[in-house]
Amino acid sequence: MATRVICGKTVQVNDEGFMTDPSEWTKEICEALAIEEGVGELTPAHWKVIEFCRQDAKATGKAPTLRRITSTAGVSTKDLFALFPKGPAKKVALMSGLGKPEGCV
Amino acid sequence: MAEETRKVAFICSKGNLDMAYPALVMGWAALGNGIDVTLFFTFWGMDMIRKDRVDHLEVPPLANSSMKMSMMGVPGNVGIPNIMGMLPGMTAFATKLMKDKMAKLEVPTVREYLGMLCDAGAKMYACKLSVDMFQLKQEDFIEGVQGIVTAGDFMDMTEGAQIIFI
Repeated sequence: MATRVICGKTVQVNDEGFMTDPSEWTKEICEALAIEEGVGELTPAHWKVIEFCRQDAKATGKAPTLRRITSTAGVSTKDLFALFPKGPAKKVALMSGLGKPEGCV
Repeated sequence: MAEETRKVAFICSKGNLDMAYPALVMGWAALGNGIDVTLFFTFWGMDMIRKDRVDHLEVPPLANSSMKMSMMGVPGNVGIPNIMGMLPGMTAFATKLMKDKMAKLEVPTVREYLGMLCDAGAKMYACKLSVDMFQLKQEDFIEGVQGIVTAGDFMDMTEGAQIIFI
């Protein structure tokens, strides 16, 4: 397990760069990761998705799959892909300080 | 450094319920990972995109050597004898069994999955030769099918893409 420094804070990450401890996450880290991942500046619509994912992961113990986000968070597939272009699955999880989603849907 | 987007294309040539899912599951996973996805429906695969067929895909147990009674909880490798598999109602039974298992895992129906793929940016096309053979038209297909193209068109549009034949 490795660590990296984001926004002056040292956080634990796995080989693929996903944070391994959700409690180390902060909004500043999220914003920095958003720029790294090419998502850019975060709007309220982005935060709605990120906050849902963190809450859902806390409740179920695992990062939500894309379909769970579209069916439960009230964000349409089109909007989700527009907010997080080029691969929302990994990007949303990474930015939210969660592990990779485990499901196939 | 800007990387070129990875592209993948699925050729869907089968119309049975079990063979409809591989492209859908992998296509969705690809889109989620930022990969461009194109779906090309040919021959029996067009059943997946036909308005009048997409909700009625089936999986027959007849001569399906992979379908075992273990699907119903019977331990071991006990198969379903073909002499039973050909009886009226057996295909409907096997289809219902599969659909129930999918629903339990919250896997979307084929129609819903195609809608999701379309919303996520997948491109979908029907094969001209098959369309002519079955005497179909654009109107017979679900929303999201962008057009009817030839094999040559398909080859052009998938340059640089990984092509998966299902």
